Amino acid sequence: MTAHHPSDHLLRRYSSGDDDIPADELWAVESHLETCAPCRARLAPEPIAEAVWAGLSPLLDRTPQMPRARAWRRLHGWVSPAAGPWLAMILLVIAAAVALDRTGFAVGDRVSLVLLVAPVLPVLGVAASWGRSLDPAWELTAATPRAGLPLVFRRTAAVLAVVVPGLVVASLLTGTGFARWLLPCLAFTVGTLALGTLIGVTRAAVVLLVAWAVAIVAPTIAFSRTAVALGPDAAPGWIALLGASLVVLVARRMAFTRLEANR
Amino acid sequence: MTAPTTYAWEIETRDLRARAGRRMAVDGVTLTMGRGVHGLLGPNGAGKTTLIRTLATVLKPHSGELSLLGGEDLRHLRRQIGYLPQEFGHYRRFTVREFVAYVAWLKEMRDVPAAVQRAIERVGLADRADDRMKTLSGGMIRRVGIAQAIVNDPEILLLDEPTAGLDPAQRLRFRELLTELGTDACVVVSTHLVEDVAAACTDVVLLSQGKLVFQGTPDQLAARGTERHAGDSPLERGYSALLGIPDRPGSW
Repeated sequence: MTAHHPSDHLLRRYSSGDDDIPADELWAVESHLETCAPCRARLAPEPIAEAVWAGLSPLLDRTPQMPRARAWRRLHGWVSPAAGPWLAMILLVIAAAVALDRTGFAVGDRVSLVLLVAPVLPVLGVAASWGRSLDPAWELTAATPRAGLPLVFRRTAAVLAVVVPGLVVASLLTGTGFARWLLPCLAFTVGTLALGTLIGVTRAAVVLLVAWAVAIVAPTIAFSRTAVALGPDAAPGWIALLGASLVVLVARRMAFTRLEANR
Repeated sequence: MTAPTTYAWEIETRDLRARAGRRMAVDGVTLTMGRGVHGLLGPNGAGKTTLIRTLATVLKPHSGELSLLGGEDLRHLRRQIGYLPQEFGHYRRFTVREFVAYVAWLKEMRDVPAAVQRAIERVGLADRADDRMKTLSGGMIRRVGIAQAIVNDPEILLLDEPTAGLDPAQRLRFRELLTELGTDACVVVSTHLVEDVAAACTDVVLLSQGKLVFQGTPDQLAARGTERHAGDSPLERGYSALLGIPDRPGSW
């Protein structure tokens, strides 16, 4: 820019923070330094800077740096942080059902326990993924931009990714047909969410658990045979329920961005 | 450089009404809030938490108008809000850093690690950043709550009872942080500690039974009180005067 570079003396006074430099000279030096790299270089090896750096560098070593973070975040992008223990419990219940089935314990007319518990297992997982009863950070989560149907779907998919393979293994071991448990299982899952948009996910889970006990478990025990709902003819009913739930869920999707779906 | 804002007030409500259960907890509140620290005062049950939840967009207003940052779409708006709920639930097995990073992910942030480090340093927890939450004291948990709220450098920061559980020294530090945050954001702090307001707030909003009783500077609030009103400081006397609390020792 300009050929008038400041003198060594002036630069030294400037870099040591001398108060006596006239304001116009100070301005000139400062604006010159902004555009003139060689003059900035003349400033550089300063005892003060060295001293500051010497004091700072040991602190920097002690300041914790960001460690590994990728793996767990990718996991918790799908699984609700509160759901871990519940997913473990679901697997245990499946294992227990298989074990009881193997030892010959069955309700009524050889109704497999696996078939009987299949519809309610994901309901527990869904309740653990969204709602105030099992997720401590429910209010925090509901207020974030990511709250909403996409996040709910991710968490539900994570629950199904645990429940469905578990039930597949169980049904292979006990010889129960896939079609008989898969539809009730999916219908209860989506049903919990759909009802959850209306009355809150926790309450919806409780309602569906009671409905399951009354409509499926009670008749099975009372009449000692497979409830109609779990029979092969019930498939159209379950498909209708699944479809209706999906419609309600999409229509009421904004509920998941508010506290109302957390009740 | 950031573009100049296109709205007059960060928060603007007109005749806002919101329910808490069956009760109309916020009943016709009209107010405007700009940058600075706004102390939300009022007795228990005055509607402070319901108002903050409504401002945090997790509670739908029953009626009235609410305009935040000039009215943006919900998702974009929420990226610019920081919220600390009254009951700050957290995951006990997470470390401080993991938790704040998780909230940053929920807030759809980019460059998460640097922002997390900065937020944790601002609340003075850098040395405990890799400890699990279950090993922290109540005051530290509260500070993690503040860290997760400020991690996205929000334009609107909503803190519901943030000083509960902080010891006196931590409260002093927290007031400094509030003043610092209030220079470039609209900070709303609900509290029932009048001295917090005196020390850190530029503006006081007083609620009683869901209605707005007063909005003004702390000095204006203090000017409302006289010697005849209950309280140990001018601000407390102003508070009692506006709420009509008689100076009768022993009564609740």
